[in-house]
Amino acid sequence: MSNGLNYLVGKVGMELNPRPLRPYDPLVCDFLSQLSVALFADSQARRYPDVMSFAFWCRKANLATLKDNFSSEHLRLGVGYAFHIAPSNVPINFAFSYAFSLLAGNCNVVRVSSKDFAQTEIVCRLITGLLEKPLYGRIAEMTAFVRYGHDDEITGHFSSGCNARIIWGGDATISSIRRVPAPSRSVEMAFADRYSFCIVSTTAILNANESELNKLAKAFYNDVYLMDQDACSSPHLIVWMGDADLKAAQHKFWHRVYEEVVSNYDLQPVNAIDKYTMICEKAIELDCVVGLERNGNFIYRLQMNGLPDKVDICRGRYGLFYELKVTNLNVMARLVGTKFQTLTYFGFDKAFFCDFVVQNNLLGIDRIVPIGSALDIGVIWDGYDIVSTLSRVIDIQ
Amino acid sequence: MFDLVNLINEPPYALPQKLKEQLYIRALSDITKHHYLKCAQYKKIIDMLGCHTEFNILAEVPFIPVRLFKEYELLSVEKSEVVKTMMSSGTSGQSVSKIFLDKVTAANQTKVLTKIVSSFIGVKRLPMLVIDTHLIVKDRNLFSARGAGVLGFSMLGYDVTYALNEKMELDLDRVEQFLKKHKDENILIFGFTFIIWQHFYKTLEKLNIKLSLGNGILIHGGGWKKLLGEAVDNSVFKARLNSATGLSKIYNYYGMVEQTGSIFMECEMGYLHSSIFSDILIRDFKDFSVLPPGQQGLIQLLSLLPVSYPGHSIITEDIGEIIGADDCRCGRKGRYFMIHGRIKKSEIRGCSDTYESIE
Repeated sequence: MSNGLNYLVGKVGMELNPRPLRPYDPLVCDFLSQLSVALFADSQARRYPDVMSFAFWCRKANLATLKDNFSSEHLRLGVGYAFHIAPSNVPINFAFSYAFSLLAGNCNVVRVSSKDFAQTEIVCRLITGLLEKPLYGRIAEMTAFVRYGHDDEITGHFSSGCNARIIWGGDATISSIRRVPAPSRSVEMAFADRYSFCIVSTTAILNANESELNKLAKAFYNDVYLMDQDACSSPHLIVWMGDADLKAAQHKFWHRVYEEVVSNYDLQPVNAIDKYTMICEKAIELDCVVGLERNGNFIYRLQMNGLPDKVDICRGRYGLFYELKVTNLNVMARLVGTKFQTLTYFGFDKAFFCDFVVQNNLLGIDRIVPIGSALDIGVIWDGYDIVSTLSRVIDIQ
Repeated sequence: MFDLVNLINEPPYALPQKLKEQLYIRALSDITKHHYLKCAQYKKIIDMLGCHTEFNILAEVPFIPVRLFKEYELLSVEKSEVVKTMMSSGTSGQSVSKIFLDKVTAANQTKVLTKIVSSFIGVKRLPMLVIDTHLIVKDRNLFSARGAGVLGFSMLGYDVTYALNEKMELDLDRVEQFLKKHKDENILIFGFTFIIWQHFYKTLEKLNIKLSLGNGILIHGGGWKKLLGEAVDNSVFKARLNSATGLSKIYNYYGMVEQTGSIFMECEMGYLHSSIFSDILIRDFKDFSVLPPGQQGLIQLLSLLPVSYPGHSIITEDIGEIIGADDCRCGRKGRYFMIHGRIKKSEIRGCSDTYESIE
């Protein structure tokens, strides 16, 4: 059982207290806001933008807002004990997963990535520091961070008796973890492979002034290049819509994005080869590829005259996009399946999307956010209201 | 249409670069057009890239990534015309390249290889010692790159003798018998760099045996990746083999299964040379622009041999640097260059692949 199992927070043989708290319990909110303070004050933590965005998210004011927005007509308590499998490749997600579940009122064991991310070490160190304070004794009983390899026995140990299991990291991971049983009543939240795309208005681009365009390019860069386009919410397909001149709008937009990418992105030779290989594969496989536009090897844009029925095979890495012009977004509706997660946009209003999603009775698209917010994880994610899903309703009549 | 027949009797290293490029621009226009018309997948790629098939300068010749041969069966002839399928020797779990040869391409590979190597060992056949096991050439239907290499080079020798047994152990008796038999002749020794090091040199070192290969010419290739892990580079390799065997003529070659035959041989000065049958360009990974001599970048390989599959212009995953053209002190014309290793694999970011094991 000890084979390869390490505790980053907590220790072997510790007694976890699975008795749930109410969502947004004051002690939990206080603890997380103190964690935020500690992260901001830590010189190492400040070197990691993703750690800073977590710290920013769990600051006192934001938690208060979230608490206000969490209106439940019913009495709620956490489900009890939650077991998390955090993703191996997005360093900070383990902290969000823990915080969401703690806010729901649960006690948590989080399996962190086996990769040696500095972010993991920093967050765990600061959490351990806070948990040593007597004030947070109750939180300490609700917190363990572990690291171990691919071991069904250990997964089975942590899954037995869990009231919720939270699996990040895609289809293969989910089916691998699901081979290990969890109790019948356990809530399972699985974050599967998703597909995301982006819609841009030609008119809005041509109307945008210098500073708006700069802001947009930075925002787009963050959505795509921070995670090598491999986050489930990073766009692959760029849909253009609007009456203004397409070529002029594309040129204006991509030129500025290119400047952003060249000055910020650390393109590696292997990325260039991977990307080039990918466009050759797509040219062979997809009949609707009609050409390629490129800005060096930093941005590749496959020009499409249509889309395959399974749009989610149109994927890129390291800045490879599929571009399509549509006159009406409803042509996309037929193609939107359950794999679709995030739609980022520029130049449209919320009402436009409300009609699109509802009138077309879409099976997918869980998030519609402005360009720049693709990676902003929150308590509403992937179609779940996570705090609600990880808490239970007590019906008193 | 360009035909290799017109070139095959020319000396392999006599053409100055400028004239060579004129020849290549015409020849590669023809060859590219041929593949464009005959290979549907290749046509799709060229159309997507928006490239012409008529070139004014060498840099315009489009290239496809070597990895594509692992994922697709790329042919520019009918499948019924394929006489040989060559496979790269991928390590377990990796997909392998499949290269389809028709009669003409297969024959040209052998002719060109002979032509190039004879510039180093002479035109006379030599008794040949292969530092490998005979098992490697047993299955002639599916050629591994190793088997194909051994068979290709075997054309240059006679009394071909394998130095390793089925278990990849040095068969000292057989080797000593071979050496005794040919003690007054020059001998050709061939093998793959890593296998020579691991299964031949290390055994000699361990058993503290000195062989007498002073009249031998060693030709080896296949990459340095595994050896660089042991901090063995070309000069260490040469020095250590020399001290264990007396070998002084040691030539490395660079080539890939996608362009078998038109290999790049290391000269007496330690540089790799392109023959009249192939050429090399170095490209900047940031935009694929062509880099001048002295700058490191991705290696693009051009070969006039591939007719049955579109492998005449490929971008490799190797980093190299052109040293110059026509002016190597060894006297050979054309470009000469150095390899600086393989591109590094990148750390994968993103949402997928969570539940990996700790190795």
